Amino acid sequence: MIRSRRLSLLLLAFATSAALADVTLLNASYDVARDVYKDYNPMFQKYWKAKTGESVEIKQSHGGSSKQVRAVADGLEADVVTMNQANDIEFLADKGLVAKDWTKKFPNNASPYTSAMVFIVRKGNPKGIKDWSDLAAPGTQIIVPHPKNTGNGRNTYLSAWAWALRQPGGSDKTAQEFVGKLLKNAPLFAAGGRDATTTFMQRRLGDVLITFESEAEMIAKEFGKGEFEVIYPSLTMQTEFPVAIVEKVVDKKNSRKQAQAYLDYLWSAEGQENAAQNYLRPRDAELLKKYAAYFPPVKTFTVDEVFGSANKAFATHFKDGGTFDQIYVAK
Amino acid sequence: MSAPAHRVLPGFGLALGYTLVYLSLLILLPLGGMILKASDLGFAQIIEIASGERALAAFRVTFLASLLAASINALFGLIVAWILVRYPFPGKRLVDALVDLPFALPTAVAGITLATLYAGNGWLGSHLEPLGLKVAYTPLGIVVALTFVTLPFVVRTVQPVIEDIETEVEEAAASLGASRWQTFSRIIFPALFPALLTGFALAFARALGEFGSVIFIAGNLPLISEIVPLLIISKLEQYDVLGATALAVVMLAISFLLLLAINALQWWTANRHKNVEPLEAAAAQAKGAQA
Repeated sequence: MIRSRRLSLLLLAFATSAALADVTLLNASYDVARDVYKDYNPMFQKYWKAKTGESVEIKQSHGGSSKQVRAVADGLEADVVTMNQANDIEFLADKGLVAKDWTKKFPNNASPYTSAMVFIVRKGNPKGIKDWSDLAAPGTQIIVPHPKNTGNGRNTYLSAWAWALRQPGGSDKTAQEFVGKLLKNAPLFAAGGRDATTTFMQRRLGDVLITFESEAEMIAKEFGKGEFEVIYPSLTMQTEFPVAIVEKVVDKKNSRKQAQAYLDYLWSAEGQENAAQNYLRPRDAELLKKYAAYFPPVKTFTVDEVFGSANKAFATHFKDGGTFDQIYVAK
Repeated sequence: MSAPAHRVLPGFGLALGYTLVYLSLLILLPLGGMILKASDLGFAQIIEIASGERALAAFRVTFLASLLAASINALFGLIVAWILVRYPFPGKRLVDALVDLPFALPTAVAGITLATLYAGNGWLGSHLEPLGLKVAYTPLGIVVALTFVTLPFVVRTVQPVIEDIETEVEEAAASLGASRWQTFSRIIFPALFPALLTGFALAFARALGEFGSVIFIAGNLPLISEIVPLLIISKLEQYDVLGATALAVVMLAISFLLLLAINALQWWTANRHKNVEPLEAAAAQAKGAQA
């Protein structure tokens, strides 16, 4: 008896601590989104308090994008998901947790900001790397995370593919040959984006690192601006960071209004400015101009344009037996 | 009915029940669930998934590297344990505590540290690579990471056994005319061998499942340096839970067979020496030497 009473007291304590705020939102997010949402959450709390008088507590959960999505599918009660790959949210849509037409629920394909895949080369660009073709040249070493297991690696792979496809006489066949040649120049596949950065910057392995434009600024902060140069290839992927409401959770927790507002606010002037300050390209054209020094014009493609959809691209290239496997296992 | 034997601790029934429930909850339930999940696939399908070229290469790398790492630790772990028990030296307690550190360190930290150390510009790598020995981002790197992570197993299983072998036994063997090598190979080693095998088996099993430390130093190139746990993650990344389970079940089955074989070997060696007290063995040995 005593024990069960103690237990219920404990549970009560938990319940009241959560009830101090009027509403609690849980945002399940990808790994390196920490900085963006660390700044964004207080901004939204202030805005929401001023608008409705309600105080919202926002909890963050960070992890590898697909791991996060699996956790949500397995019952992690996230009100919103903010990811870096469309196919992760697509997975939740398949499970019925997110609306089927989630890309239409918010502007810009439900992606409040974007980034682009760029090259990081050593100071002075000793190998004269300008475009994707230089990455496949003999004697060049490229550093990239595992193309099959990481979003960053997949974006690189698809960017190289799309570039080769758009060359004169380009076809899926020439693209596959080109990507195969390019991957031969990888002495290793890093475990993740940050591991690739460490391998390139700290262990000084390789001639070029392929990563998100936003990551370049992180490298500058960490290793100093004079250590490297950013190269924009002639064509590269515009990477999206899609967001969605987890329908089942907001219905259960009765938090739809707050969750909707939380994501809508990402498109507000303040939300867009926060993205830009975290080196993510804002959708707002005016702001993009204001931060032009950070975001030079670059010719990009979206996955939907070249590959149909994120899901199709994944199925063709990264499922077992897909083009990535074909490059390594000749059968 | 014979009278129940007197036991030091009462409550055999309760303890056995507790043991069964505890083991079921902790081990049988998750493993059973996994096997149940895998049974959604047919046996043929599981074999097909596990026998793809990439999977086969990964199995080869994983088992060979684990075996090698466990063997290295069996040899050097034994030496470390021996020195820690038999020789007094300043800072011994510190060294003794050091042995457990690989357990305490998050494995990802270990992997990143080792990769930094053995990379071409690292403290060790910068000296090894001019000799043509590349460690980081090669299968050799996997062995290094696994050896690091599994070091404590052999040391900690062998140490108490060495403590139990009294030095008088060695003195007796010597006084009966056994050479140093004979004392070691006929007296000490047989007593140690079962514990050494246990340590080896634990290290081997732990190495098979190791992921965090390996991926940072392995290089993860398909067919060359991908380990099975990486392929399992790769399947999960495709939301292919069934495929991941299939690989896990095959891994588990092979590991179980190997561990069973090691246990059988251990049981056999333990029994062989069971009734021979070390002193008598020494005497028998000395007689043999005289004859």
